[in-house]
Formats: sequence, C-alpha cells, structure tokens
Amino acid sequence: MSALRALFAGLLAWTLLVAPVSAVIETYEFSSPELEKRYHRLSQELRCPKCQNQNIADSNAPISQDLRQLVYQQLEAGASDDAILDDMVRRYGEFVRYRPDTEGAALWLWLAPVALLGTGLVVLVLMLRRGGAVAEAPVLSDEDRERLDKLIAEDDQ
Amino acid sequence: MIPELGHFALVLALVLAVVLAVVPMAASFQGRYAAMRLAPTLATAVAVFTSISFACLATAFLQDDFSVRVVAANSNSLLPPMYKFSAVWGNHEGSLLLWALILSYWLAAVAAFSQGLPTIMLARVLAVMGAIAVGFLSFSLLTSNPFERILPGVPADGNDLNPLLQDPGLIIHPPLLYMGYVGFSVAFAFAVAALLGGRLDAAWARWSRPWTNVAWAFLSLGIMLGSWWAYYELGWGGWWFWDPVENASFMPWLAGTALIHSLAVTEKRGLFRSWTVLLAIFAFSLSLLGTFLVRSGVLTSVHAFAADPARGLFVLIFLAIVVGGSLTLYALRAPAVRSHISFGTVSRESLLLLNNVVFLVATLTVLFGTLFPLLMDALGQGKYSVGPPYFNAVFVPLMALLVPFMGVGPLSRWRDDSLHRWKSRMLLPGVIVVILAVVLPFIADQGFNLWVALAILLAGWLVAGLWQDFAERRRNSPSLLRSLRRQSPSYWAMVLAHTGFAAAIVGVVATSQYSIERDLRMAPGDSETLAGYRFVFNETARVRGPNYLADAARFSVYRNDREVASLQAEKRRYLASGSVMTEAAIDPGLFRDLYVAMGEPVGTDGAWAIRLHYKPMVRWMWLGALLMGAAGLLTTFDRRYRREPRVAQTEAPRAPA
Amino acid sequence: MRRLKLFLPLGIFALLAVLLFRGLSLDPQALPSALIDRPLPAFSLPSLAGDKTLTPDGLIGEPFLLNVWATWCISCRVEHPYLQRLAAEEAVVIYGVNYKDDSAAARAWLAELGDPYVASIVDREGSLGLDLGVYGAPETYFVDADGVIRYRHVGVIDERIWTERLQPIYQQLRTEAGR
Repeated sequence: MSALRALFAGLLAWTLLVAPVSAVIETYEFSSPELEKRYHRLSQELRCPKCQNQNIADSNAPISQDLRQLVYQQLEAGASDDAILDDMVRRYGEFVRYRPDTEGAALWLWLAPVALLGTGLVVLVLMLRRGGAVAEAPVLSDEDRERLDKLIAEDDQ
Repeated sequence: MIPELGHFALVLALVLAVVLAVVPMAASFQGRYAAMRLAPTLATAVAVFTSISFACLATAFLQDDFSVRVVAANSNSLLPPMYKFSAVWGNHEGSLLLWALILSYWLAAVAAFSQGLPTIMLARVLAVMGAIAVGFLSFSLLTSNPFERILPGVPADGNDLNPLLQDPGLIIHPPLLYMGYVGFSVAFAFAVAALLGGRLDAAWARWSRPWTNVAWAFLSLGIMLGSWWAYYELGWGGWWFWDPVENASFMPWLAGTALIHSLAVTEKRGLFRSWTVLLAIFAFSLSLLGTFLVRSGVLTSVHAFAADPARGLFVLIFLAIVVGGSLTLYALRAPAVRSHISFGTVSRESLLLLNNVVFLVATLTVLFGTLFPLLMDALGQGKYSVGPPYFNAVFVPLMALLVPFMGVGPLSRWRDDSLHRWKSRMLLPGVIVVILAVVLPFIADQGFNLWVALAILLAGWLVAGLWQDFAERRRNSPSLLRSLRRQSPSYWAMVLAHTGFAAAIVGVVATSQYSIERDLRMAPGDSETLAGYRFVFNETARVRGPNYLADAARFSVYRNDREVASLQAEKRRYLASGSVMTEAAIDPGLFRDLYVAMGEPVGTDGAWAIRLHYKPMVRWMWLGALLMGAAGLLTTFDRRYRREPRVAQTEAPRAPA
Repeated sequence: MRRLKLFLPLGIFALLAVLLFRGLSLDPQALPSALIDRPLPAFSLPSLAGDKTLTPDGLIGEPFLLNVWATWCISCRVEHPYLQRLAAEEAVVIYGVNYKDDSAAARAWLAELGDPYVASIVDREGSLGLDLGVYGAPETYFVDADGVIRYRHVGVIDERIWTERLQPIYQQLRTEAGR
C-alpha cells in the first residue's frame, strides 16, 4: 500500500498554518533498490514531530530533512526496520510512529476492530437465528401478507 | 454598507429559523393546522435571507472590500475573480456561512418537494431542520461573524487566499461536500419527526430514502473531488492520507452507506426499523462530530482551521443538544417490540444486515482510530499517532470481507433464498473470475502481483453477480431492449454504484501496487525511463501568471519513440504571500497517469530535483466514486418517489404502525 | 430490559462527549520529550570557545539548563537577554548547544550580545540535537546533578514562564542535589 500517503486536504478546512506546500524531492543514491523501497516505506511511517500531521516523507520542515537523512544513513549502515523505528521512538517517543506498537495502551487500538467485528457478527448470528425462528410461525395475517406481496412485486419491477 | 446588509439578513434568517423551529413544532402537538402550514413558507424565507447574506459576503470579496476582516485575511486584489468568489468559503467564517446556506437550501427543497407529506410530518421535519439552522446561524453570528469590519486601519490590500486553494477543484469541492454533510440532516429530521410521531413505517422509509440517497451521492462526489485535488495539487502524488479531517468526512459516508442499505430493507420489508432510525441519527451526528473535530483544534490535522476553544465549546454544546436530544428521544420512543416480519438465514435481508455490520464496524474503527490519540492524551497515557499504516491494515480486510457477500447481493431474493440457488448462479462466473484474476495481472507491464489478482477477483465477483442478476431479469422478457427499459432507475442505480465500487477496488489496488515513483536529479537534456515511458527534460523556463512567478520544467514523454505527452511542471511563488507551491504536471489516462513534479534546484548546472511518477489506473478510483455519486442521484428518478404525493396521501395513513 | 438496551447509544455518546470536552483543554501539539528521566545522550563535541572537547561527564556535577540555540533562530534572540539575567542574577547554570550553526557567526553573536553560557557545545551537524529529540530551537533541557534529563521546555523562556513554571523545577533539582 505504498501509495497510500496522500494529503487530501481541504475537506472542510484549510489552514494557513501549513507554510511549505512545495513537494519534497530527495535525491539520495541507494546501494540497492530494496533499500530505496524500505526508505520510502519508513519515511512514510514516521511522523514529523513539528508539523501539523505529516509524515517525514511529505514534510519540508528542517527536522524532517534531518530525520530522512538519519533513516537513509541507518539503512545504508545495515540497520533493520525495527531498529530504525525503535531508535526514532527512543528520541521522539511513540508519537513519531504512524503505526502504533502493539504493546501497552496501544494494544487497545489493534484489538478494537477485532472486538467490534466479533460483536457485530455475534449480533448478526443472533438476529439471523431469530429471523429464522420466527419464519416458522408467521405472525402476519393473510391479508397483510397479500398486500405485502403485492407491494414487493410492484417494487421489484 | 453591503456587509451590514449581509449581517442584518443573517440576523433575520436566524430569527426566522427560531420561529420555524418553535411555532410549527408546538402547533403539531396542539393540532393547529394553520400554524403547521406556515412551516414551508418559513423554510423558504430562511433560505432567501441566508442567500442574501451570502451574496453580500461574496460581493465584499468580489469588490475587494478589505475593511471586512475575512476579506482582508483571505483575498487579494490580484486574485482572479473566480478565486475571489471561492475565497468566500476558503476560511472558517465564510465556510460556516456556506454551510448555513446549503442547509437553508435543503430546507427549501424539502418544503418544495414534500407537499404530499402529511401536514404534521412535514411541519415536524422542517422544524427539526430549522432547529439545526438555528444552531449554525447562531454559531456564525455569535462566534464567527463573517461581516466583522477592521475599522479604522483598513489595509491597502489583502493577505491573499492560500495558494493551495487557488484551484478550480477547490471551487466546487467544499460546496459538494457540504451538500452531503448537511444533506444527512434531512434523513435526521425525518427520523426525529417519525420518532416524535411514534410511527416508523415503510412510508417513513420511503420518504427519507431519496433525500438520503442524494445526500450520500453529494458526499461521495465531494470526497472524490477532495482526493483528486490533493493528488494533482499537492505535488506528492498521493490521494488519501487518513488525516482526521478526511476521516471526518469519511465517517458520515460509511454510516450513510449503511443507512441507504438499511433504508431499503425498512422500506421494502418493514424490518430493522429502530435500527434504521438509529443509523439516520448516527450519520448526521458524525457530520456534526466532523464539524467539531475540524473547527475545535482537539486533533492535529494538516487542514484544520486555526483552533479556537470558544468555537469548539459552542459546537460541542450544539452537538450535545442535537445528538444527546435525539438519542434520548430514540431511547424513549423507538419501537422496542420485536418485528414480527420474518426472513430466512439465506436471504437478501441477511446480506444487507451483513453490509450494515461491516460498514458500522468500519465507521466505528475509523472513529476509534481518529480519536485514539485524544483518548490516550486524556487518560495521561502519552502521545500517540494513528496514521495510514493502521487504517489500511484494518480497513482493507474489512472491505475484503464484505465483497464476497456483496457479489451475491443483487441476485439474492427477499425473505427466503437458498444456498443452492446462489451456488447455481455464481459457480460458473466464479470460476471464470478466478481464471481472469490469475491471468490478467500477467498482461500488466509490471507482471503478476498477488494483491492485484485478489482485487480483480473481488471486483470481477461483484460484476459477475450483477451480470447474473440481469441475466435472470432478462429471461422473463422477450427482447433485450424491453428488458433494459423495464428495469427501474433504482435498479440501474444499484448496478452503477456496485460497478463503481468494483472499479474503485481495482483502481486503489492497482495504483498502490504498480505505481513507480522516482526522485532524481535532472538537468535539461537528461532523460529517464519509467515503465516503458521515456521522460525527456527539455528545458526550464520562467513563467508569469496573474498573481505568481514560476519556474517551469518542460518535459516530453515518449513511448516506443512516439511522443505521447508534453508536460510542464511548475514551482510557483505567489506575489502577495510569498508562498512557494509545486504545481505538478499530469498526463491523465484511463490506464495510467504520468506525473512530473519539481523540487528544488540542485547544484549550479541548472539541474533540479525532479519527481517522476507512473501511476496505473489511478483514475479508476475516482471514476468509481463518480459512478457511485451518479447512482445516488439517479435513484431520484424512480417512479416510486415521483409518485410520492399520491403514495403519501393514500397509503401512508393505512400503513401499519 | 428491552427499553434499557435502547439507552446504550445515548450512554456511549455521553462518554464520547466527556472525552471531547476534555479534549478542548488539551494541547494536541504539546509533545513531551521522550528522554525525560533518562541520562543525557553520549556526545563528544568541541566547545564554541574552541578550547576543549565537551562530554556529558564534563557537564555533570550540579543541576544545569541545556539551551539549544542558533544564530538563525529568531526566537533565540528574543530569549537571550533573559537567559543572561538568569545566569548573572540568579546564578543559574546554563550550557548551550549551538545547533546547526556557523561557529564564527555564533562567536560573534555571543561577543555582541553577551554570553550567558558556561560553555556552548558545537553541534554543527545536529547529531546531538537528533539524539536529544530536538525539533526546533529554542529548546531547554533541565538536567539534574546526576546527568538525568528531568524536563524539557520548548520555546522561548521569559520572565513569566520562568517564575510560573520553570523556576520551581530548577529549584527542586537544586534541593535534590543539596541533599
């Protein structure tokens, strides 16, 4: 999902707080295409500590330039992605990661969708069983059903 | 003088909105029909005065009246007239007025097109919307008056509109988006009116359906335009960032998607009534929540208006009254009895139920992820950031879960269906789709990719379901033309929207997986080949625009030695504000976009940092959204809704409670 | 019972509203340092005066302020006179980090405006800045007698901020050191 990193601004609002809007184009030379890929992914996952809400890949702030360079140097020095992320967290705190860790309080963040979906599916199954149970004993009067059928037939056309 | 007139008109609109919110509502409980019948007139009057007010503000912008604070802060005499006009809503105060204006138009539209509704119902719907208008008009007047003057000391010229907003896409994006946001207030008003009357029936669902569809359509188009604008205007080639402000518009869309499907069940089968009413409240509540998030500064966003706690508090109180009030009403009045209408485990009802579960879970997940940093901060757990990697990781599987069922949806039957029937219809197309999914990615320039194969599988499955359904409809008809004509606009809308969804899946995945991005140092004369396209940097030039100076980089793009595009990327410096902006050059295409953006000069030999992009099928995503938007609008042509007056008068009173 | 269930959305909304209300008084921009209660990061950099190499061990001993500054930073010029007053009148120990700056310009700056620093560390490449988690000058770190970072202030230090917020913190570090 490498391209998912846009800024779709102006939904409701536009701030005059964002000064630099020119594109960030860095011309690092990588020793392998693999490193370049990892560089792009990492710089998109790291948040610029000073900006409004931008990753360091898209931000023109001096601190982002420094951090990009740090990522580049560490990659070229052979550091693993986790090591680089941990190092960033050590300097700037959890805030710097756009993908929160699965430890501590942030675990809730990852559990929430699973719990929500689980609850939703349980409710769904309960409703289906209820719908099915009632199906055996229709409560509609014949007259109602006739009318309903007519309506449905009409609507389906 | 004109700004004062606008201010006065806004005050009058507020007074009228108060009357609209109080008088017809009170009358509806006392059975005073004469007073209830005032509602449509009052609604129209609110629209008229809000329009006058808006026109006055627009005039102030167009005439460069820099004694008005928002004009001085957001416009400039050099600004092209078109952008002077769109600058009206390029700021907090003006965009709030636009919001109020659009709300008043929805009011007027409901008043005009719902004459067939029972008087009590119409009076209550308009009164509820009037109450919402009171909230926004007083928000505007009390905390963010757009007509405030700077006197004395009128500046000679204005600060200019943020260059990012000087773009045709941004002229129509906010109005469309607000049409969607505010449009859900109609569904909300119908829901509240139905709860007040204690009658949630098929007739209620039928009345609110077209309004909801239209609001949803506008919201789809608005979001699409925003994404498209970011793609070409920001120079980064991305199109969705999961920024809190984007999520603020996406959540109502997700809830709205659940709502339009749930309304279908309620209208056709009388099922899930209290659920549908809750979703209607939910969708509009999320619109209001979005307003709060964007204008209060509780979350950090690239696009938030400058934070002002006083405004935040105002919206929060308003939110508490509207949402708290409606949910209390819901808790007291929603039908608690089990619906006695039955449906089988294998049926269209159960599929739509699943749709609702998935979209609701998606909405709540986005909500939770968006508010998570705030929650952690409030609990003293430290600062967190939740961004694209998280949202993609949870959102993509959810949608993937939905699609297999969505494919069967169109050919499923109401009330009771059989797995055997689904299997007999979908087995063969399923096999074909699997084969296509495996084979097609090999044809792509970048070769086989598992994700792309999966996307084709899912999208193909959706189309196969639609196709099989149509084949079945055709079977009962003597000729193809007849069967095409016999289908209702609602049917075609469903086909369009689902096809749009399929196209969006393919677009999103293909562009994410196959895009090639290269940042490099290029001097005039250099060339670089990307996915078979040779980008030749011809020359640089100095360009002068109406209110900016620019460096331009001119490129020619060749494929197999044939020139396919000539591109001019610019780096502009706006004269009034001095801000620098990248203007990317894009050669659009159905199957690929070629994209060039200019960075900084490098070295002394005239070289520049240049970003080249090859983005396959990125347009499919917006095309998909466009189809969805068109679909929402198409439903209004359905005879069922055009017959509304008659339906309302003759059938509604007899409809079972 | 069935009716009670219908109150669920209202309850959830009430919780949400409380959270949002709380949010109005929080600052999403404020970012506490990740180095609080951690020792100073290791470094070995020249002093601005050019006479020695500075390391954490050379600084540690009594509580001090580590002030990140540069000649290109406009706010640094704003807070400079107050830092001088602190150093002169209140005997506050302040070390400087001359962050990504030109050393000659920095020396001229101090010669012209006065030097409140015991010594300034030359961080030409910004590597110490990165290790400290600096994201913009001026920033001031409060380091205790054991060389542990106890507090970070982002932005200008002026009289109001010092007396209201920072002085008590510094005083506490002094008291701890005295025990």
